[in-house]
Amino acid sequence: MMIFIWMLQIILVPAISPLAIGLINKIKARLQNRRGASIFQPYKDIWKLLHKDEVVSRDASWIFYYAPYIVFTITLILAGSLPLFASFLNNIMTGDLLTIVYLIAFGTFFLALAGLDIGGAFGGFGSSREMTISALAEGGLIFSLLAVAINVGTSNLFEMSTLGFSFYDQHLLPTLLALAGFFVVLLAEAARFPFDNPATHLELTMVHEAMILEYSGKRLALMEWSAANKLICFIAIGANIFFPWGLATSVGVSVLILSLIIFILKIFIFCAVIALIESSMAKFRFFRLPDLLFISFILSVMAISLTQIL
Amino acid sequence: MLELAASSIGLVILIGLFTVGAVGSLFLRTDKPANVWSSFFAIIGSVWGILFASLVFFFNREIIFSLTSSIFPLLSFSFHIDKLASFFIFTISLIALFCSIYGAGYIKHFYKKYDIGAFGFFYHLFILGMISVVIAANALFFLLAWEMMSLASYFLVVYDRHDTHNVKAGFLYLVMTHVATAFIIVAFLLLYKFTGSFDFALIRSNAELIPLWLKNTVFVLTLIGFGTKAGIIPFHIWLPSAHPAAPSHVSALMSGVMIKTGIYMMIRIFLDLLQPVPAWWGLTLLVIGSVSSLLGVLYALTEHDIKKLLAYHSIENIGIILLGLGSALTFYSLGMPSFALLGLVAALFHTLNHATFKSLLFLSAGSVINQTHTRNMEDYGGLIRYMPQTAVFFLIGSMAISGLPPFNGFFSEWLTFQALFQGIMHFAMMEKSIFLLAAGALAFTGGLALACFVKAFGVIFLARPRTKEAANSQESAWSLRVGMASLAILCLLFGLFSGSLVSWFTRVANGLRIFQGINSFVSSPTNQILVADNNFASVSAAGILAFLLIVLVLVLLVFKYVIHRQQKIKVGATWDCGVDLTPRMEITATGFARSIILIFKGVLRPSIQREVEYHDSQTRYLPKTITVVSGINNVYQQYFYQPLSKNVIAFAQSVRKIQNGNVNLYILYIFIALIILLFFV
Amino acid sequence: MIKLFLKIIKTSQNTIKVDEFDSDGIKFESLGKKTRSKITHLFGGSLAIRQIDAGSDNSAEQELVALSNTFYDLERFGIHFVASPKHADMLFVTGPVTRNMAEALRRAYEATPDPKIVVAVGDDAISGGIYKGSYAIVGAVSDVLPVDFSIPGDPPSPKVILGHLLRIMKELENQSFKKK
Repeated sequence: MMIFIWMLQIILVPAISPLAIGLINKIKARLQNRRGASIFQPYKDIWKLLHKDEVVSRDASWIFYYAPYIVFTITLILAGSLPLFASFLNNIMTGDLLTIVYLIAFGTFFLALAGLDIGGAFGGFGSSREMTISALAEGGLIFSLLAVAINVGTSNLFEMSTLGFSFYDQHLLPTLLALAGFFVVLLAEAARFPFDNPATHLELTMVHEAMILEYSGKRLALMEWSAANKLICFIAIGANIFFPWGLATSVGVSVLILSLIIFILKIFIFCAVIALIESSMAKFRFFRLPDLLFISFILSVMAISLTQIL
Repeated sequence: MLELAASSIGLVILIGLFTVGAVGSLFLRTDKPANVWSSFFAIIGSVWGILFASLVFFFNREIIFSLTSSIFPLLSFSFHIDKLASFFIFTISLIALFCSIYGAGYIKHFYKKYDIGAFGFFYHLFILGMISVVIAANALFFLLAWEMMSLASYFLVVYDRHDTHNVKAGFLYLVMTHVATAFIIVAFLLLYKFTGSFDFALIRSNAELIPLWLKNTVFVLTLIGFGTKAGIIPFHIWLPSAHPAAPSHVSALMSGVMIKTGIYMMIRIFLDLLQPVPAWWGLTLLVIGSVSSLLGVLYALTEHDIKKLLAYHSIENIGIILLGLGSALTFYSLGMPSFALLGLVAALFHTLNHATFKSLLFLSAGSVINQTHTRNMEDYGGLIRYMPQTAVFFLIGSMAISGLPPFNGFFSEWLTFQALFQGIMHFAMMEKSIFLLAAGALAFTGGLALACFVKAFGVIFLARPRTKEAANSQESAWSLRVGMASLAILCLLFGLFSGSLVSWFTRVANGLRIFQGINSFVSSPTNQILVADNNFASVSAAGILAFLLIVLVLVLLVFKYVIHRQQKIKVGATWDCGVDLTPRMEITATGFARSIILIFKGVLRPSIQREVEYHDSQTRYLPKTITVVSGINNVYQQYFYQPLSKNVIAFAQSVRKIQNGNVNLYILYIFIALIILLFFV
Repeated sequence: MIKLFLKIIKTSQNTIKVDEFDSDGIKFESLGKKTRSKITHLFGGSLAIRQIDAGSDNSAEQELVALSNTFYDLERFGIHFVASPKHADMLFVTGPVTRNMAEALRRAYEATPDPKIVVAVGDDAISGGIYKGSYAIVGAVSDVLPVDFSIPGDPPSPKVILGHLLRIMKELENQSFKKK
């Protein structure tokens, strides 16, 4: 039974991630007074891309050919290592805080190398910007999750989501600070405003898109799908570590269905917040972003210091 | 038979093999026989060293062995091999084995240019010196071995003497290492004064007699002395010049193993000889480790000389090892020995891992430099097509050094993080904030190291060749590839079996007097899973690798062969917006790192100079050429070393006035000295 | 920021409805035989367009930009503009093909993966328009690339462009239904 639910988790994330992207785009369109594409539009986009032919550059090496598969694999592994809707599962092999952070870094490594592989003008600086942002975001990511881990006494993400209730009453302020730090890192790693504009056409403003500019067909579908999966994984971490209510604690069909519905509701709330942020501010100039990431780190450090004083 | 090998006879055989190798290659004057002799004995000696060290470890032996020399009563050639020393012998021999295999093919490039026999002689002396350093049990004997190691490595650094930069780098290295040795000598002299002996065993048993102020002084002196050899900031300035100057497999040995001898002596003195020690020692090491790791990786990002980049990464990893060591010291001094064991295990594991992946990186860099005849990364490009296997080895080395699972670097960084996390959880405000900042430094270091290796691998191997030499490269010879491949496989194996390795390191650490009988805070119950006790954290190496491989195979099967199988892939040109792509349009190493350099410009102090030449010099509307020179100011030379050396020279010149050649003045000096001696002594 | 959201809520929606297009009598060329076999019911749900300016006077581009505003709202039909020809299914070429852009246009066409459609937007692209016979142009787009559809007008208003696009997408869907 556990294996079945575990595999369900791995299949659930790629199944739901285009829906999240579609939701964000729909809410943004409504806020811009338009009707917007349907929320199932990303599914159609991915399906179409999977059935197109590809044009690959002459300068590409095996890294270009295999990077989309590797990046997609990493997002699936992340999906299997995070608590999505059930907290009675436990993955002691890959469910540790540091393992998750470094697996994310693994995916970013190959994504950046794929951007450099072609030798075009855009992929290079896309990789450079992505590595700068990702290098500085790692501190905030580790420390915001560490703030919760220190309180709860374990750094396994599944157990953190189980035991989450016990610390919330006494440590409200530190948890909010850690959540703020984590949210900034979510925006950074998922390539959302104010770090990156996923809908831009100007290569000089791209970070994530610049690296996938050379992909087409199946590989492009995999890259875009991986980006959506990564967004869902980060939302899952944020939702289930900082708001651990609604997770299924026992095996039972009705309980599982209820927890699935609550998980989708949490995704909806996060997407709405992201869409609101994207509609009310512009993308930051690149050299303001490190300040934002250092602020996220400092907020998390403050959260850790406060938890042990209070 | 095995019992015999694990005793002093085995040690004599080990020393003998390297001595024979050294002497023999000195007498063989011609190129090929000298190379064959020296490589053969180096390989046999290293294999014997690995065997010997493993046997000593597994049979729980402790070899104490001395020949007293009658000429100098204080100097006794005494050896003491406990588990810690055997671990270091193992590491030295392991890396020496693969570097020697690599060197057998690599040295062919120096045939007819330099003396191969001399190279073999110094190479063997170097390895012998390193081994003697870790097994010496008498301070004077230790200093002899230390000098032998430093001098042999100096001659290896200046081996390629036709390049004046190498000679200058060698000179800087010589000066720095001897200044460091001076500090170490003073420290040992002070210890002799208070404990009455140069023998490590007697120092250890008399440690309680030493007053605290002396211990603190010895701490500062040995920190400076051994820290210079290890390469901590700000005593690191010799490292980025000396390591690139040496031949590549010697750089690998120096960077992978020689700087660890500094760490070995720090462990020996701080954790073994001088215990009990105050807690601020560990906190100081933590601060130094954080600063070294952050600054090391930032300077590495500014470099586009491939070997200098790797040398700065050595500084960064020494910082990480010091984080583990510092946490061990702090925990022990504040009464938590099982956490201290965790910190020491993390430091030892990272020592082994760094030796492995750093050597791998230096060896791959060496094969690239061999083919392209330049160390400048900006002249490479597209080498993945011409040197595919070297590219894979460099990729594995990059993934290991950035700490990506399932390679070995991830597990030692994981352990270091666990030690720091425990410190954050269990201490009061002051220690907690230092541990917090150390953990922050480690987190940022990991991210920045990843960025640096994306830059290195991407600029060297990907995209199109930037120069003709790069386009004409070929894959390296088989002996070079065997050396690199073995190290790459070891990186994976050490990561995969990290659970077993952790239990062995715990036994090594338990061999120290202070840790006898302490249970470690980290355990590996099924020999695959690392669990930091009370189940704070756990990780499984085999699980990660298995998970990765299974899902990757499934994804490949589904997306390549099930969905839209009849897809056609057309190979065309890179999308270049309609213009012709020249190699100058690819990203450069300087350009890649520019964002990070500008973000950290307060620390790095980049400088830019622009010179514009105009067609019309009166009105200056039409520029003809623009020259931009961007560089990094070397703040250590500017604010620390140059004022220091200026003051020392000024002082020396003022002292020189005493010798002014007037005989009457000299008689006056003798008279005054006589009066002082009569009155005060 | 509150004022911004209040303003958003107060503004009414003014997107035009699809039925307004039917009675315009728009004519267009039909699909080439080559493309018909390749295109299945793929593009019914999602269309990625790459706009290439082969030397135009920006009049057509202004109209294309207007397609994404709240009035016409191109996205609700599943159509969106992309940044690179490698991501695109359809190429919108505007303006007569100037000599300097001929090679670039060909390269963009080769970089677009199959199956693909080329649409010439505006009279300049279809026949050279007011620049016909000029020394600076190579000719119309059909002299350089195989054109599948054209949208006439100088420049065509967003309503006309949208109408043509919808007809194209309906034709692509219908073709697949006929195949079944």
